Amino acid sequence: MFDDTRLLDLTDLLREEFFTTLYIVGLTLLVGGLLGLALGLALSTTRRGGLLANRPVFVVLNLLVNFFRPIPFVIFIGAVQPFARVVVGTGIGEKAIIFAMTLAATFGISRIVEQNLVSVDPGVIEAARSMGAGRLRIVLTVLLPEALGPLILGYTFVVVAIIDMSAIAGAIGAGGLGAFALQYGWRQFDTVVTWTTVLIIVALVQIAQFAGNGLARKVMRR
Amino acid sequence: MPLVEIRDVRKEFPARSRGGSPTVAVDGVDLDVEAGEIFGIVGYSGAGKSTLVRLVNALEPATSGSIRVDGTEIVGLGERSLQRVRRDIGMIFQQFNLMNSRTVYGNIAFPLQVAGVPKSEHRKRISELLHFVGLADKALAYPDQLSGGQKQRVGIARALATSPKLLLADEATSALDPETTQEVLALLKQVNTELGITIVLITHEMEVIKTIADKVAVMEDGKVIEQGPVFDLFSRPQHPATRRFVSTLVADQPPERALQVLRERHDGRFVTLAFRDPAVRQSQVFAELISRDVAFELVYGGIEDIQGETFGNLTLSLTGDPTQVEAALGAVRALVDVREVAA
Ligand SMILES: Nc1ncnc2c1ncn2[C@@H]1O[C@H](COP(=O)(O)OP(=O)(O)OP(=O)(O)O)[C@@H](O)[C@H]1O
Ligand SMILES: [Mg+2]
Repeated sequence: MFDDTRLLDLTDLLREEFFTTLYIVGLTLLVGGLLGLALGLALSTTRRGGLLANRPVFVVLNLLVNFFRPIPFVIFIGAVQPFARVVVGTGIGEKAIIFAMTLAATFGISRIVEQNLVSVDPGVIEAARSMGAGRLRIVLTVLLPEALGPLILGYTFVVVAIIDMSAIAGAIGAGGLGAFALQYGWRQFDTVVTWTTVLIIVALVQIAQFAGNGLARKVMRR
Repeated sequence: MPLVEIRDVRKEFPARSRGGSPTVAVDGVDLDVEAGEIFGIVGYSGAGKSTLVRLVNALEPATSGSIRVDGTEIVGLGERSLQRVRRDIGMIFQQFNLMNSRTVYGNIAFPLQVAGVPKSEHRKRISELLHFVGLADKALAYPDQLSGGQKQRVGIARALATSPKLLLADEATSALDPETTQEVLALLKQVNTELGITIVLITHEMEVIKTIADKVAVMEDGKVIEQGPVFDLFSRPQHPATRRFVSTLVADQPPERALQVLRERHDGRFVTLAFRDPAVRQSQVFAELISRDVAFELVYGGIEDIQGETFGNLTLSLTGDPTQVEAALGAVRALVDVREVAA
């Protein structure tokens, strides 16, 4: 099987696709992370008893997230294609996949953020209020720092899911390691290419996991 | 003018389910807390104690009534103004409520940041506070590296950071062992006497009230059912709930079950004598009994020292000629309160 692999001819392409994946995943993580953080903050603070308790806002946001989050990503890509055309100007390629992934990541991350923020001890929030702190200050200097450790672990978990999503990029004509493995590995019956790509993806996930765990440990001091 | 003046204050929480009736947590409370005193509030779980103090720093808005803190009416004030009011009221909590993401130093710095104290002044102020609470060497420790007593000391330092006039303590010692409780109470006493800070202290333990409070209010079902100076309330409890609280500290009359056993062992007439006038000595009372040949046995009771004054309830079994017993009791009544123990 090592005789008829085209791996060596493909190394340049592989390197290129590797960086494409990094780019797609990185951008999704950045934009989706920020939007997810904002949405998660909104969800956790507007719920009953929250700092900005507001039932109508909570109900709408909650419904929105519940509606989009369970859609399988392959279908999700197609479903949001019309929006992609409006927002990023195209329904196919790298931009479109980043758009779809960012949207999906936003919904997913928002739940993780929400879960971690509502589990912050309400007593600590109450103490901050008793000292006369305003809401924005409490969110930024109490709520987020208190939940930082679990939030980092949550993001780490999301990284894996996003790398997973990026593999489907080929479906709408975007590149990346997933598309590469499918096209040059699986379809060409080139097991070596498939497995090389797999190993690169595994390594990527491991590095992310390792970095995330380390950072979380540092933040949580254990 | 009292530092805290509470008038006819009510707090309703909306019903949890549609159609349910709202919870009335505080129901028409009047209370005055004078500057410089330690004011205790006792009551069973759910009596409305926490809700009442949380109205005082407006963590919850009162439904109706008036609350004046240092002359400022706070009912109906907007959130911005309330934040300002809260900066001048310290609060400590049963579960300490420290931020685990910050060191001891960082926790105490928080109220200073909120109050806009320039950063250059933090170090000096925090070091003063840490010395005051006896934790000068723990500035860089994280809360999870401290014992419960140490955490509460940090809580106290944090609450005092902006030099408030008023400190609210909600079950501040309830999570601590008896020895640590005494240490923290001693610190609170020091806060009161050395810094002149008025303290409102919630507890369900009469021991805490006895140790440091000057005045006490008893709450039940959202109402203050009795209030006054600690010694008065301890020695002359009027309301049954107050009696129950006082009896956790000083034995009152023997309860039903104990009484049965006592009756089997003693066949005299049971009376309970309440000693509360410091001028009356027990020996005077006993002399009256002895002079009429009334034999007595002490079957139940106890004597407590409350802030230097002694009081207690002693239940005696009296035997002797019934007319002599009656005469002796007549003389004793002139000295102390005498209550018959129901047969
Ligand atoms: N945020 C709230 N929403 C609804 N009901 C509340 C709320 N806070 C308190 N209550 C109700 O108000 C009543 C008084 O509660 P509160 O916490 O003031 O009692 P407490 O005397 O402090 O009791 P404990 O000794 O258990 O702390 C209770 O019936 C409680 O269920
Ligand atoms: Mg309470």
